Amino acid sequence: MNAAVQLENRRLMGKLLVIAVGMLGFGFAMVPMYRQICQAIGLDSTRVVAASTNTQVDASREVTVELLASSAGLPWRFEALDRAVKLHPGELVSVRYRVVNTLGREVTARARMNTAPEAAERYIAKQECFCFSNQTFAAGETREMPVVFRVLTDAPRDLSTISLSYTFFEVPAKSG
Amino acid sequence: MSTASHTHVSGALDDHGHAEAHDHHGPPAGFTRWMYTTNHKDIGTMYLWFAFFMFLLGGTMALGIRAELFKPGLQFFDPEFFNSLTTVHGLVMVFGAIMPAFVGFANWLVPLQIGSADMAFPRMNNWSFWLLIPAALLLIGSFFVPGGAAASGWTLYPPLVIQQGISVDMTILAVHILGASSIMGSINIITTILNMRAPGMTLMKMPLFVWTWLITAYLLIAVMPVLAGAVTMLLTDRHFGTSFFNAAGGGDPTMFLHIFWFFGHPEVYIMILPAFGIISQILPAFARKPLFGYASMVYATASIAILSFIVWGHHMFTVGMPAAGNLFFMYATMLIAVPTGVKVFNWIATMWKGEMTFETPMLFAIGFLCLFTIGGFSGLVLAIVPVDITLHNTYYVVAHFHYVLVSGALFAIIAGIYFWLPKWSGKMYNEGLGKLHFWLSMIGFNLAFFPQHFLGLAGMPRRIPDYALQFAEWNMWSSIGAFIFGFSQLIFLYNVIATIRSGKPAEQKQWEGADSLEWTHLPTPMPYHTFVTPPIVR
Repeated sequence: MNAAVQLENRRLMGKLLVIAVGMLGFGFAMVPMYRQICQAIGLDSTRVVAASTNTQVDASREVTVELLASSAGLPWRFEALDRAVKLHPGELVSVRYRVVNTLGREVTARARMNTAPEAAERYIAKQECFCFSNQTFAAGETREMPVVFRVLTDAPRDLSTISLSYTFFEVPAKSG
Repeated sequence: MSTASHTHVSGALDDHGHAEAHDHHGPPAGFTRWMYTTNHKDIGTMYLWFAFFMFLLGGTMALGIRAELFKPGLQFFDPEFFNSLTTVHGLVMVFGAIMPAFVGFANWLVPLQIGSADMAFPRMNNWSFWLLIPAALLLIGSFFVPGGAAASGWTLYPPLVIQQGISVDMTILAVHILGASSIMGSINIITTILNMRAPGMTLMKMPLFVWTWLITAYLLIAVMPVLAGAVTMLLTDRHFGTSFFNAAGGGDPTMFLHIFWFFGHPEVYIMILPAFGIISQILPAFARKPLFGYASMVYATASIAILSFIVWGHHMFTVGMPAAGNLFFMYATMLIAVPTGVKVFNWIATMWKGEMTFETPMLFAIGFLCLFTIGGFSGLVLAIVPVDITLHNTYYVVAHFHYVLVSGALFAIIAGIYFWLPKWSGKMYNEGLGKLHFWLSMIGFNLAFFPQHFLGLAGMPRRIPDYALQFAEWNMWSSIGAFIFGFSQLIFLYNVIATIRSGKPAEQKQWEGADSLEWTHLPTPMPYHTFVTPPIVR
């Protein structure tokens, strides 16, 4: 083998080694590449499907829940931020109420829920509500408070509208 | 074959260098000859013996598997060891037997067929062979460590492979070493073919075996590093706190499947393209006609190699890819049937109206042609997504890939050994024993693997040590066939050893129709150094 051929051979070996090392890098690069490509063109559809549907929701019907707010003997502002929500029985829904304490003093109050029709009350399951405990508002405070609830799937089918009403009562300071 | 052909071509004998003193020096004696050799013939011989040893070892494991499956229930092994047997059988046969055997052929034949004195990097050639030994020791040794050998299947899928013991680390290290050896071997083969051809040996005059190895070597360089990367990620997931495939750390086990099969499918063609090359040399020699459609054979080989990079998804139709992905991989896979079909038709056309004789190499070549085509067709069946979803991981898949790897790659290797052994050793093998070996292999192989199609269609899953009673009958036949096939390989071993020790002298051109340089330009037995001065090819 003469020197010229040997030199050519070494050059070719260098090029081939570059391919080999490049492919090693490519093997590792495949990990982020797969993630990016699949996200970009939406090919990881299996994960989306697995995360979405909740079999405990009765999607065949809709219930309208009207949100009402009133205060008994408390001349402050108390209102629902949404007038009404439409939901499927079983679906977990979050709504918000707002209190503006315009009275110029600290107030401790308790809210009570009632529904119309009255019989609908047992089909509403609350997960989070400001009505669970006494609320104390500083003078001039504005506070938004969530209510997280669902309408139970065994609610009668003719119950298509429920009025959900909260009324605030002041708790006397020394009543304990 | 005939004395007439001997006198006919003797005028073309290579007499270059006969006057030179070093032409008469033979190899040094003893073990150091093999340890230090840089001679392509010696290294080719070592590769082939290594492959044969690993073949017998992997075959013993296969017979263990078939013995356990001879009847339902657990007879010999506990299930964990059974899983180790299937895993290491696969790894040993793929990386220890089939691939080194083809590299052995390349070492022997590439320099002879292109008229080169040796490989481009003889020292590296020696090194690529000797790396195989520690890799094999690691694989075999992993049976004897606590927890037993890797039991996750040869594909090494996480999460199973991340949870197993130290044997998996030994397997990963073995794969690293084998990969390094393959890459060095491939660089050597490509450089030899591209830079060291004799004057006048243009690319399109090269024998098809050289062409298929050129393309195979490029495939190896492209995908062995990807496998090395994949198993490195397994290793770091196991020991260094990374989470490439570990879902608990935000990784994704199916990611490994994507990376592994990006290597794995080209790997399948790495194991079959050189077989195509060998068959393309043998069929014309015994049909006494030139190969039909030489150029189309070259282009078909290249097309198969290129397409192999875009079909990996057909190994994982059931992982939950979107329908668009499954369909793409299905159509791309079916596209491969076109160049493969070109090859099969060309081989048939080569035999058409040929003056055929049926010596052992030709028998194995025709056996290859028939059985490989069956394996190709069952591959097309498996490429159909809805069919694959029911057949995935059943014995139908096992039957399919044994038809392409055993009666495909292995039959071609055996055919090639019978074909070139007279040239390599200078002595002729026993034709009667060769034909006995062929017919026993043919019967044993088909008895072992054809019923596995039925088992798979009936729903028998692969990689299980026990099975439901309705599968008993065909499993019994399959095991009987496997034992016939396995033990008939000992005839082959005996025939090869007997030939080397005491065979009758072979002729310079043993096969009348053979036309590549080693037959036309070199005497039998061959000198230790050949083509020191390159021949002129017209």
